[in-house]
Amino acid sequence: MTSAGPQLTGYLLVAAMLFAIGLAGALVRRNAIMVLIGIELMLNAANLNLIAFWRFGAHPETLTGMMFAVFSIAVAAAEAAVGLGLVISIYRHTYTTDLDRMNRMKG
Amino acid sequence: MMQGAAPFVPAATLPAIAHILWLVPAAPIVASGTIALLKQSRRKASASLAIGSLSFSLVLSIVAFAVTVREWAHGAIVRESFNFIWLQFGDRTVDLGWVLDPLAAVMVVMVSFVGLLIFIYSVGYMAHDENFTRFYCFMSLFAGAMLGVVIANSMLLLFMCWEIVGLTSYLLIGFWYRRPAAAAAAKKAFITTRVGDIFFLLGVVWLFSQTGTLLLYNHGAGSLEGLALGGLLRQHAALGLSAASAIALLIFAGAAGKSGQLPLHVWLPDAMEGPTPVSALIHAATMVAAGVFLVARVYPLMQIGAPEHGTTAALTVVTWVGAATAVFGATIAVAQNDIKRILAYSTVSQLGYMMAGLSLGGIAVGMFHLITHAFFKALLFLGAGSVIYGSHEEQDIRRMGGLKVDMPLTFITYAIGMLALCGFPLFFSGFWSKDAILEAAHHSAAIEGPFYFLLLGVLLTAFYMTRQVCYVFFGYWRGHELAHESPKVMTLPLVILALFSMALGFIGTPAWPWFHAFLEGGPPAFVIHAFADSRLLALMAVSSLVVFLGLGLGWRLYGDRSPEPEEPDVLETSVPWLWAGLCDRLYVDELYGATAIAFYAWWARVADWFDRRVWGGAVAGVAWAFGLWARLNCLLDVYWVDGGFDKACDELSNGGGLLARVESGRVQSYLRILAVAVVALAAILFWSDRR
Repeated sequence: MTSAGPQLTGYLLVAAMLFAIGLAGALVRRNAIMVLIGIELMLNAANLNLIAFWRFGAHPETLTGMMFAVFSIAVAAAEAAVGLGLVISIYRHTYTTDLDRMNRMKG
Repeated sequence: MMQGAAPFVPAATLPAIAHILWLVPAAPIVASGTIALLKQSRRKASASLAIGSLSFSLVLSIVAFAVTVREWAHGAIVRESFNFIWLQFGDRTVDLGWVLDPLAAVMVVMVSFVGLLIFIYSVGYMAHDENFTRFYCFMSLFAGAMLGVVIANSMLLLFMCWEIVGLTSYLLIGFWYRRPAAAAAAKKAFITTRVGDIFFLLGVVWLFSQTGTLLLYNHGAGSLEGLALGGLLRQHAALGLSAASAIALLIFAGAAGKSGQLPLHVWLPDAMEGPTPVSALIHAATMVAAGVFLVARVYPLMQIGAPEHGTTAALTVVTWVGAATAVFGATIAVAQNDIKRILAYSTVSQLGYMMAGLSLGGIAVGMFHLITHAFFKALLFLGAGSVIYGSHEEQDIRRMGGLKVDMPLTFITYAIGMLALCGFPLFFSGFWSKDAILEAAHHSAAIEGPFYFLLLGVLLTAFYMTRQVCYVFFGYWRGHELAHESPKVMTLPLVILALFSMALGFIGTPAWPWFHAFLEGGPPAFVIHAFADSRLLALMAVSSLVVFLGLGLGWRLYGDRSPEPEEPDVLETSVPWLWAGLCDRLYVDELYGATAIAFYAWWARVADWFDRRVWGGAVAGVAWAFGLWARLNCLLDVYWVDGGFDKACDELSNGGGLLARVESGRVQSYLRILAVAVVALAAILFWSDRR
């Protein structure tokens, strides 16, 4: 597997970096919208993995990996819509998007 | 339904009439039920319902009577019954049914006719009573039940109607229930007749067990017909009596209770606490006649096994009870001062005559006196009611007097009734019916004593009735307010009854014994030479003489004297010891009070003590034990079950509080934990895979 051209490892590395960036963003940012963006990044990292494993897998001629990715993107879009909706309605009540101040769910 | 709307249409056959005979009692009973549903204010509707239904019964009764007479004139023995099975137990059946024979035909006409007149009279008498509708409800029920007794062909049906008669009697005697005396009289009547009814019921059950049928007549298979009677005669009960005699005596005990015979007569005089029309209807004309009728109905049972010119044990008992009651009642009536009470004791006495007539002379003799007595005693009671109404609720004859001027119509009709009751010769029905009884008593070879008893009764009857009439109608008025004549609705029935009290005698004279032939099933005969019989003439002369003696004696002692209310009676001054005894009704009530009632009171106290101490104690003990057990359970609950639950709940709550601390409410801290967990999981997987 040392031949020229794209290798699986490269894609996996890019995906891992993307995931790490997303995770870091989701964990450290205070702004809810930024956290959502981080989550989107992690999702896309997963999508990238799906595509890469499909492309370099046993049956690249089938469309399985593509299907998974498309579904995942659709679900991610729905999740982003719901997440943004929640953030907007929370903002309307509290006039903030700072996650540290949204602690009403404290037990 | 109304095949006989015109009474003498020949098309109305006997079976057809017998088939619909049930309508005669049903109409008043349905009317009674309907009146019960009416509002108290619907006075006119209730009275017209009651009178209308009884008129219907009367029309149907007359049709039945006419058809019965026609069939009898053709020479047939008339007895048509309609039976059906009510219940079935295995191979035994309980049958009900009704019968149309001369006895029933005569009685239905009498009961519905006298009843109707009294109903009409009551419209006037009860006009001011607030419970007018209730009165007609009870009266209708009574009339229906009495008609049911009369037509019953089944011992059970007869007994059921008999008991309804007893019930309505209770309700009507206690009609003015706010008066303690009326309530007590109602109870007394109910309980006393119940004593007789127990024996009656025993007799019925015994008869059923012996003959296997409750029907009286059933084309040869009934309990009063040859086959069953023969069986009963062969069966021996205790004391040398045949089963027939024993059953007859048990049934007679029931009849004695209803008809006020010794020793169960005590309720009848007290029953005068009811409204006067009730006294007239129930305690003179019809209900007390039910006992006499019952004896007539089961007469085959009483008579079976009698030797030629002899009599049976049952009939002997009936004779002596009747004769003793006749004298007893008449004796006490002499010393009473309440106008209705005198008539009540007179009724007791006359019922004794009927019983004696039945047992000595057969059904016809007793029933003839029953029918004539029903008319003239109803007349006397309604006359007394008119007097009471006219003299403003005064019932004490010592506070009346001179009413022959103020109430002329009442006086004339009352005098007719009084003469009929005394047995005044020739033109009064009582003479003929009483003479028939005396003649039968004189003829009877088996028992001789009752004749003299009955003759003594005639003397006393004439005497006390003269005394009463003298007190009430002669002399001058000793009351407070002036008396007035009663309204037409009350006097009209008096006039009708007076006419019948005179005319009815002529259907049973020795020369033309139509009534006797009709009831006994013989051909009607016109035997003018019956009066040529010297024995009969002598007897009539003797009885007339006795009546004149009684009337004369009464007039001599009381006539036109007008004693003051507080003045002692003539007899009281001459024979004080006898007077005192008679005033207190010969201490029969006191005797019962000291024996039977005292025993019951003692027994009730014992039962009460037993209830309170033994049963009450046992119940209290059980209750105490349960209370203890409950308290124990309560303690367990409070300290053990409740404590456990409380503890568990506290623990859960505390645990929740502890766990709630983890929930910081910060999204990112959850996310962090998630990330750490994922990393840890990955590390574990990585390292475990490595191994």
